[in-house]
Order: sequence, then structure tokens, then C-alpha cells
Amino acid sequence: MSITRRGALGAAAVAAALTLGLAGCANSNTIGGGSSSSPASSGGATASGDAKSIVVGSANFGENEILGYIYGGALADKGYSVSYKPAIGARAAYLPALQNGEINLVPEYAGSLLSYLDKSANAKSGDAVKSGIDAKIGTLNAKALDFAEAADSDSLNVTASFAKEKGLTSIADLAKAGTVTLAANPEFATRPDGVKGLQSVYGLKNIKFKAINDGGGPTTLKALVSNQVQVADIYSTTPSIKQNKLVTLTDPKNLFASQQVVPIVSTSKATSDLESIVNGVSAKLTTADLLDLNTKASGSDKPDYQALAKAWLSEKGF
Amino acid sequence: MLFLQAIQWILDPEHWSEVNFQAGIAEELGDHLWLSFLAVVFTAAVALPIGLYIGHTGRGRGFAIVVANVVRAVPTLGLLSVLLLVSLTIPPAVFVFVLLGVPPLLAGAYAGLEAIDRQTIDASRAMGMTEWQILRRVELPLAAPLILGGLRGATLQIIASVTLVSNFGINSLGDFILGGLAANDYVQMTAGAILVTVLALLVDGLLAVLQRFATPRGVPRGRGASTARVRRLPVPNRAPVSEGN
Repeated sequence: MSITRRGALGAAAVAAALTLGLAGCANSNTIGGGSSSSPASSGGATASGDAKSIVVGSANFGENEILGYIYGGALADKGYSVSYKPAIGARAAYLPALQNGEINLVPEYAGSLLSYLDKSANAKSGDAVKSGIDAKIGTLNAKALDFAEAADSDSLNVTASFAKEKGLTSIADLAKAGTVTLAANPEFATRPDGVKGLQSVYGLKNIKFKAINDGGGPTTLKALVSNQVQVADIYSTTPSIKQNKLVTLTDPKNLFASQQVVPIVSTSKATSDLESIVNGVSAKLTTADLLDLNTKASGSDKPDYQALAKAWLSEKGF
Repeated sequence: MLFLQAIQWILDPEHWSEVNFQAGIAEELGDHLWLSFLAVVFTAAVALPIGLYIGHTGRGRGFAIVVANVVRAVPTLGLLSVLLLVSLTIPPAVFVFVLLGVPPLLAGAYAGLEAIDRQTIDASRAMGMTEWQILRRVELPLAAPLILGGLRGATLQIIASVTLVSNFGINSLGDFILGGLAANDYVQMTAGAILVTVLALLVDGLLAVLQRFATPRGVPRGRGASTARVRRLPVPNRAPVSEGN
């Protein structure tokens, strides 16, 4: 933008260009029946063709990016040509990218994946979730590989003082806390296991929602400890929960499904060789590892995600 | 068609009170305007005195250009995320948007003053006007179109950028864009974009009207055809002021 804008024309043109840009952007996303999504498409190099070349995508939060680098790193060690599209966005952005072949592998979380694939799914246990996913994942032109033991679910957290004041231990107790504001990623407003689930499963009508777009990160934490929100959705493997003595509300009605890590891979790339490599990684991945990786990633020396993934791989003997 | 659906979305009265368990259009619009207003007011409070000082005295221009350009290189989103971690409130957000608004307004102010014919100023001085009178009664009216042009630029940029605070849980029209993106709801996303654009255009339009009224008679308005008509004497004109970049 130029420093000065002398005429109405210039300003209007800029604003109009902005409108057109935004509208055009949204349009291109719906032309494909609303299934294609832009964030990952910029690279242009889709990795169809050679089965040994893999594009690894990841969601836009640190743990998932590290997981992407771990799976990608293991494949690269075995002679695959691996490229990365890290931090693509929310599930609604990266799964369509997988579906249309812009990425080939993405680390997912079982329960959320299932509720994305099947809005009416109510499977909560690991096995039921697995068969639910297997039944539906074909629509993404992809295949779910073995679940890792590692799990990272959504968890609703309150400060210790708020929990004590209102006598909160489980999500159901929120009913007696008066009107509370809950902070989470924007998609929590529309997810079936988000605010809607709190209403239908727990009968909570006193929840106001505040979208904070950092995946339960530092801003969400700040909002919680400064009491701008009273409840925060923070992933259960986040170090800040312990560090700030937050109280994680138990989930007796299993609103949040089993969230084991499950890598999903394009059918066209799912050779038995690739599957055995990826499954080998998943077999060694534990929840403690996730917590450890997240703690390191949030450390003051801010290590590179890819370096963290490399360190984990060599530590586990890959 | 997406655009029409988005218009329908905006016209739906339900969306004015609540959208996905969050504030509706009315509240978000109000908060967006309030935050933008605060940012523009503080931008003016910072940039106008400095710009007028530089324009009137001719001192510190190079320094101001450097500072303004450095400030413009600051990534707004990054600075927001850092400052809002210190305090998740309105003031740090306003501060960031003031940084965004100062360069265009500052440039408008000093360029407006510098563009005034030196002979006019010399004549005023020769008439015995004090420096303050020259500034207030000669320079300010003559520079008003350019100053307001700078203000319009700053305002437009601020209104468009305020959407960013929605990333951090502060209300703005950006909530609809972010929420729509996260839920794959492109109708809502487009509606949010339209709301921001319409708001920016309306405010810009109001300022454009103000700019017209602020232009003294006989002063060419921007690039209007009147330039030729009002040119009175063939004075040796200074070259037009070149801008910072």
C-alpha cells in the first residue's frame, strides 16, 4: 500500500480488490462441491504417480506437526522421497487436501476423525472407533493404519480456584457453575463433540463460547488464568495443564471419544512396505512421548519441530 | 451462488443476535467499530502532531520516513500475539493498530504541508502572521485534503486488520471469517468478509465526504479536473513531493 491515498478511487479500488480476492477465494473452494480446500493447494506439486514419493501434511498445532515429521522422517530413512506441508489448518482443511491427493499422509486423532467422517457416530471405545473409521475412510481415498497407544484428547480445564469455588470435578458439574464462557478453537462451536455435545450429552445450556484460534495454546491459557473465560479446551498432552495446576474436568459420559493417534494415508500410496514402516512407528509412540515432545517444544530454547522428530526417531532406534 | 447466500446469511435476523454460541453480527460489528475507532483516534493523536511539525518546520523528515517504514515492516499478527499474551485486553490491540495507522497518516500530514506553495507561506509570514497562525490558518486548510487522505488510508487499513484480533478471543467481524474457515462454512466466511468490506467502504465514504467539505475553495481536489481552472499565476512550482518509497 502506498503511504498516501489521495483519492476516493484508490481506497475504493483497494477495498474492492480485497472483496474480489476474498470472494474469489471462497468461490474456488466451492466449485469442487465444497470438497477442495485451498490451504494446501498452493504448492501445486501433487504427489500422485510415484508411490515412493509422499507428501506429509499436518494440522496447525505443534504436536501434530511433530508427528508429521516423525512419520515422514521414518519414511525418508527407508528411501522414500518425503516432502512436508506442515500446519495446513483445521481438520476441515487438511482432510479434503488428503482426499484430492495434495497430501498423502497425515497424523490424525481417532475420535475426532470419526466424528468428521460420520456426524452421527457415537462410538467411544477404541475398537468401535476403529471399525467406524474403517467403514467410512474410503470416502477420503485413504486408509487408516494402526492406532498408536499415544492419545491426545480434548479436555476441558478450569483453574484450581474456580474448581474449588464451584465444586467442579466433572463436566456435568458445570451445570451448577452459572453462565460460563468456554474457550476453544473456532471449530468447537460446530463440532458434534463441541458446544452442541455439551448441550445434548450433558444438558448444559449455560455455556457461552469464545473462539481462540491457537489450539489450546498460550492465548487460551492466558484467557483462562485471567478469568476472561472459565473453561478452556486444552489438549490433554499439553504441558501447561500441569504447569498451571489446572483442573481437568472428567468426562463420565465420554463426550470426547478415544483420541489415539492414527496415521491415515492415501490408498494409492498404501503399499505394504509403507504400512509396515508407519505401523512400526505407531507401535512405539506413547502418550508419555507426546507429553515429552510437547514439553520440549514449548521449552524456552524453542527447538525445531523437525529436529525434535529426528531426536525421537533415533532415540527409539529408527 | 455463494455471494447471494452470504447476503442472505447477513440478512437473517438470528445471526444478528447469536452465531454458533458466540456474539452475533450486532455485537461483533459494534466491537469491531469501537476497536477501530480507538485505534484511529490514537493514530491521529500520535501522527498528526508529528506530521504537522515535520511538514511545517521541514525538520526530521528523513528520520520520520525511516521510522515509519520500519514500523510498517512489523508483522501485525505476530506483534498482536506477543502483546496479547502480556494482557489479553483492548489496549495492547489498539497499540498494534496504531502502529499500523501511523505511517499513512504521518505521510499524509507532512506531505500535505510540504506540497503547499512556498510563496503562499512566505506571503503569510510577510503579512506578519505568527508561525502558529500560518500553521492553523494557511497550512492546515490547504493541506486538509491530503491529511484526510492519509487518515482515510489509515482508517481503511485499521478496519481491515482489526479482524485479526478474533484469533485471540477478542470480538471482531473476523470471528465469522475464522469460524467459517474452521467449520468449512464458506457462506459464513464470505458473509464476514462482506461485512468487513462494507464497513470499510462506508467509513471511507463518510471520510470522503468530509474530505470534500474540508477542501477550501480554489484548492484542487485530488486529481479533479479543477486543477487547470484554479491555477492562478504561473508561479515557479516546486516539484511534487516524492514519497517515502
